[in-house]
Amino acid sequence: MGGLQKKKYESGSATNYISRNKARKKLSLSLADFRRLCILKGIYPHEPKHKKKVNKGSTAQKTFYLLKDIRFLLHEPIVGKFREYKIFVRKLRKAYGKGEWGGVEKLRENKPAYKLDHIVKERYPTFVDALRDVDDALSMCFLFSTFARTGKCHVETIQLCRRLSVEWMNYIVASRSLRKIFLSIKGIYYQAEVLGQTITWLVPYQFAHDHPTDVDYRVMATFTEFYTTLLGFVNFRLYQTLNLVYPPKLDGKGETELRAEFEEDYAMDSESYLEKLSALSASLARVISSAEDEEAELDHFPVEGDDMEKMEAREKAQQEQDRQKKLFEGLKFFLNREVPRESLAFVLRCFGAQVSWDKSLCIGSTYDVTDETVTHHIVDRPSLDKQYMNRYYIQPQWVYDSVNAKMLLPVEDYFLGVTLPPHLSPFVEEKDGDYVPPERLKLLALQRGERPEQDEEEDEEEDEEEEEDDDDDNDDGEEEEEEAEEEVKLKNMEEKRTQGKAVSAKVTPGKAKQENRQRLEQEEKAEEKRLAIMMMKKKDKYLYDKIMFGKKRKVREANKMAAKRKALDEASKSDRKKKLKK
Amino acid sequence: EDLSGFSRICSPQRGKLDKTAGTSSIEIMDVELGYSLQPVSLIALLPHAHFLLHSLSPSSCLAMCSQDIRNTVGNIPMEWYKDYPHIGYDLDGKKIFKPIRTKDELDEFLDKMENPDYWRTVHNKMTGTDLRLSDEQVDLVHRLQQGKFGDVNFNEYEPAIDFFSSEVMIHPVTNRPEDKRSFIPSLIEKEKVGKLVHAIKMGWIKPRRPKETAPKYYDLWAQEDLNTVLGRHKMHIPAPKMRLPGHEESYNPPPEYLLTEEEKLAWEQQDPEDRRVSFLPQKYSCLRAVPAFSRFIHERFERCLDLYLCPRQRKMRVNVNPEDLIPKLPKPKDLQPFPTTQSLVYRGHTSLVRSISVSPSGQWLVSGSDDCTVRFWEVSTARCLKTVEVSGAVKSVAWSPNPAVCLVAISYGETIVLLNPGLGDKFICSATDQLISSYEEPEESKEQSVQWTIAEGSDHEHGQRLILKHPKAVRQVTWHGKGDYLACVMPDDNSSLQVVIHQVSKRRTQNPFRKSKGMVQCVSFHPIRPYFFVATQRYVRVYNLIKQELTKKLMANCKWISSMAVHPGGDNVICGSYDCRLAWFDLDLSTKPYKMLRHHKKALRGVAYHKHYPLFASGSDDGSVIVCHGMVYNDLLQNPLIVPVKVLKGHTITHDLGVLDVAFHPSQPWVFSSGADGTVRLFT
Repeated sequence: MGGLQKKKYESGSATNYISRNKARKKLSLSLADFRRLCILKGIYPHEPKHKKKVNKGSTAQKTFYLLKDIRFLLHEPIVGKFREYKIFVRKLRKAYGKGEWGGVEKLRENKPAYKLDHIVKERYPTFVDALRDVDDALSMCFLFSTFARTGKCHVETIQLCRRLSVEWMNYIVASRSLRKIFLSIKGIYYQAEVLGQTITWLVPYQFAHDHPTDVDYRVMATFTEFYTTLLGFVNFRLYQTLNLVYPPKLDGKGETELRAEFEEDYAMDSESYLEKLSALSASLARVISSAEDEEAELDHFPVEGDDMEKMEAREKAQQEQDRQKKLFEGLKFFLNREVPRESLAFVLRCFGAQVSWDKSLCIGSTYDVTDETVTHHIVDRPSLDKQYMNRYYIQPQWVYDSVNAKMLLPVEDYFLGVTLPPHLSPFVEEKDGDYVPPERLKLLALQRGERPEQDEEEDEEEDEEEEEDDDDDNDDGEEEEEEAEEEVKLKNMEEKRTQGKAVSAKVTPGKAKQENRQRLEQEEKAEEKRLAIMMMKKKDKYLYDKIMFGKKRKVREANKMAAKRKALDEASKSDRKKKLKK
Repeated sequence: EDLSGFSRICSPQRGKLDKTAGTSSIEIMDVELGYSLQPVSLIALLPHAHFLLHSLSPSSCLAMCSQDIRNTVGNIPMEWYKDYPHIGYDLDGKKIFKPIRTKDELDEFLDKMENPDYWRTVHNKMTGTDLRLSDEQVDLVHRLQQGKFGDVNFNEYEPAIDFFSSEVMIHPVTNRPEDKRSFIPSLIEKEKVGKLVHAIKMGWIKPRRPKETAPKYYDLWAQEDLNTVLGRHKMHIPAPKMRLPGHEESYNPPPEYLLTEEEKLAWEQQDPEDRRVSFLPQKYSCLRAVPAFSRFIHERFERCLDLYLCPRQRKMRVNVNPEDLIPKLPKPKDLQPFPTTQSLVYRGHTSLVRSISVSPSGQWLVSGSDDCTVRFWEVSTARCLKTVEVSGAVKSVAWSPNPAVCLVAISYGETIVLLNPGLGDKFICSATDQLISSYEEPEESKEQSVQWTIAEGSDHEHGQRLILKHPKAVRQVTWHGKGDYLACVMPDDNSSLQVVIHQVSKRRTQNPFRKSKGMVQCVSFHPIRPYFFVATQRYVRVYNLIKQELTKKLMANCKWISSMAVHPGGDNVICGSYDCRLAWFDLDLSTKPYKMLRHHKKALRGVAYHKHYPLFASGSDDGSVIVCHGMVYNDLLQNPLIVPVKVLKGHTITHDLGVLDVAFHPSQPWVFSSGADGTVRLFT
């Protein structure tokens, strides 16, 4: 045999990973720079499969990076820029200290800057990759665009974020790719389908933020730096796919209209342009002014069997989507001043509606309250003084619920001052055994095209059903009771017998016990299963128990929800009855 | 000559320095010592009072000139002249001799005492002479010491004339005419400007372009090259997307999603990490009323942290159908017969029934209980035929497996009683009695650890035939398959006398083991071969009785064995343990259990094999008897098949004890179980 003895931890997984500190030393970067580099380059720690092996026998908590990743970072030109920046800061400080103001100015002019274009390209070699990862970028940009310009981050960043988010919204409007909206207590979730990718982003409500102290804004700023670059390129490409001009321009018609009205109000043209864009009330200019709706229709291929079914399903989905895209087409909305203008304008424009608001509220309103052709007036206050006859006064939730339901919901439930029906999350997909709130069931029925009956009737029906259920339960109970009774009798007899007393031998006509064959079979099967579970291996048993525990918990939670709902409904019903009696 | 030289030096300066007489003394001094001294500051000179000698106004100087001797050696340490008669050289280069008389201490002291001018006498090192300072000089010294100007007449606070004030004067401060270069343009500058102008004209110098701050975007993915998709992109683990919100996050959720008061309280008391939802669901009547979410920035920040700090790992999600995990076993229906229902209950005992045994014919059942009775039952009718009272709690009963005799071994306390119940065939009973009475004492009687006595009197009438007195409490008795040998267990931690084997026909007792190997729990004979199984707490040892050696040691993998049974084929053993396990050993396979069953919830107390059917049963403290199908194949390659077929329940749990013993009927697929509730039950 012979040969050198193999040393431990010199090959295999121990050499594939590197701890964070070692990586930092290898790159000779400060922790802050290392962090920035990791964020920009998208390098993240990996959890090794065998942590102890990688950690050379120790079980201490440590984060590990792939050695390959760190080697990859070694050749990053940005690292050099970081060092330059460090030097720049030092020089600047020195100049300040010496009071060389000319020097300071000169230094500031030559501040080292870097570009992240190549990193974006490197991280996302194809456009679809970039789109897939754009969720976080959007959420971040929308958040930063709402920041006050008070020094938490650079004003330019905030402006850029605002610009990018407006561009994005304009694209979504132009491409009509919004699918779902959800008003949560955190903010408004939007979901769009862009080039086959589902993209969800969250926009906070329009309020000033109270900035928390335990948040490191430098980290957020670094992320934003990358995200703005990414989003800019994504926007450019998206505008290109729709033949829109980038940076976006309002198309001639809209522009002239707007200009005529607001020229004198806004001095700064460049700033007002962004505002005009963010008003979302006019369509964008195209590179080639072509026929607008030129949608690719699905080609028909001769197919058979399963494919045929799939094809049909796809066609159906496509049709449904087209219908959804034109949901609000032909409707004319007017927004009252208390409703969230931007969100509603965005949503309504996405589905083809015309929308306007009070002239004093925001730039870009296209018609007045007095316009007779307005069909829907969105109001979020209990009552309104002056009402027009020929329009619906509805609360904003109607718009969102209609979009989620992919149909125009009956407006009655959303009139002024009416208690709103619950707003449900469109992202929940119910599986078997999950709890489904009754509102959702009603909605599903509506979507299927069933006419909703009067509420009260339904309630009554439900009651009947419930009663029936109770009956069933009673039946079961009775049987059990019978058995129990018999057993008691037998026991008494036995006792008497054992005590040596003469039992009055009395023959009573026995009842023919009906054997429920199905039930017996079921019981048998259940017992078989129980016995088989006994023979499981320990490992399997553990896994099985875990799965069953999860399942049971789910069922328990669903039952709990249902019970809660039932109790609440009953309480409200009794309240209603009391009121009626009074 | 001297003087004239001095005045010559002084005179040109006098006029000039008149104005600032205060500094005159210094100036003069400098001039005078010019050749020997570097200019030194006045303060530093102050202690060297002898210089003051020269800092007098010229008039006083003249008076002293007659005795003035100038030393020209300069500013050198005067010690150098210590050994010489002279002290230096005068202006003419002649030696200056030291004064002849040198003062000693006493002279000094006398001088101090007597001379009234001693305080103003100064020693001149350069000439070695003493000098008496005049009043003027003393005054000067005082003034200088106080930091005043030397000249009394000098006014240091004269009104200052501000030349460089804000007021523009009509005359220049100096009367000097302007330089010519101040009004002729500079040629060098002209040349420089000319060069710059030329460079600008030629376009070499361009004005600074304003920096572009706005980023430029272009079509980054214009050429999507698949070659740029590197291996690292394939290895990349994308971060999971944010969880999509459910109904409970709505601003207006269905009412059941809102938390009740208790749930809210529980939510608040939970650790933020343990909460299933990170926020409290809220309901607002209208969109207008929805406030800002206070943790919005926090959550985004946490997401950022997750993205760059959270270690990622690709995990395969096990999508297991739980049904697939259940082993596929033959249906119990196909494995019949096995006991399925409780058919008879044998009541009569008032305390827990520790042990039961069935007669080899299968007609009778004996049970021993803690109420100090042994009861004999008819199996088919549950009638108690006979009750024998003994003087202690019955620990174990065992019916002799020999069908030709009718003997039951009963152990209580330290005694084993061999009892003839007198049931069944009269001939057999009498034959048994005869067999016992026909015993003849051997000639040489050995000293035995166990005392054999013949029961007499009332005991004999009750059926007792032989009484064996042991030194320790007996826990278990068991018969050999032939019915002649009887093994009993006297558990004790470290005694060699834990197991004894009795031979009934010869009334002889043997102690097979010389050494203790731990506390013996139970023992059993091999049904066919001369092997003997001894179960200690953790191991089962198999001894060859003929060769008198240990053949096997079975590791039970459990904490404490409670019971053991040997398969009638002899190659398989089951062990029940107090830690809820049942171990099936295949002796041909391994010394480790072939199968471990954890089907009982509580400690196992009794296990038993059926003689003919492939069945075994285990009774446990959870009050159930589990009957399993345990098929042993003759083919050595095929492992035994073990399928649980029935869970029999009937015993009530009293004092945390359920079933204490199980026994099978010798011919039918019936199982008896005795419990802590004082009953024996038959399941058929």
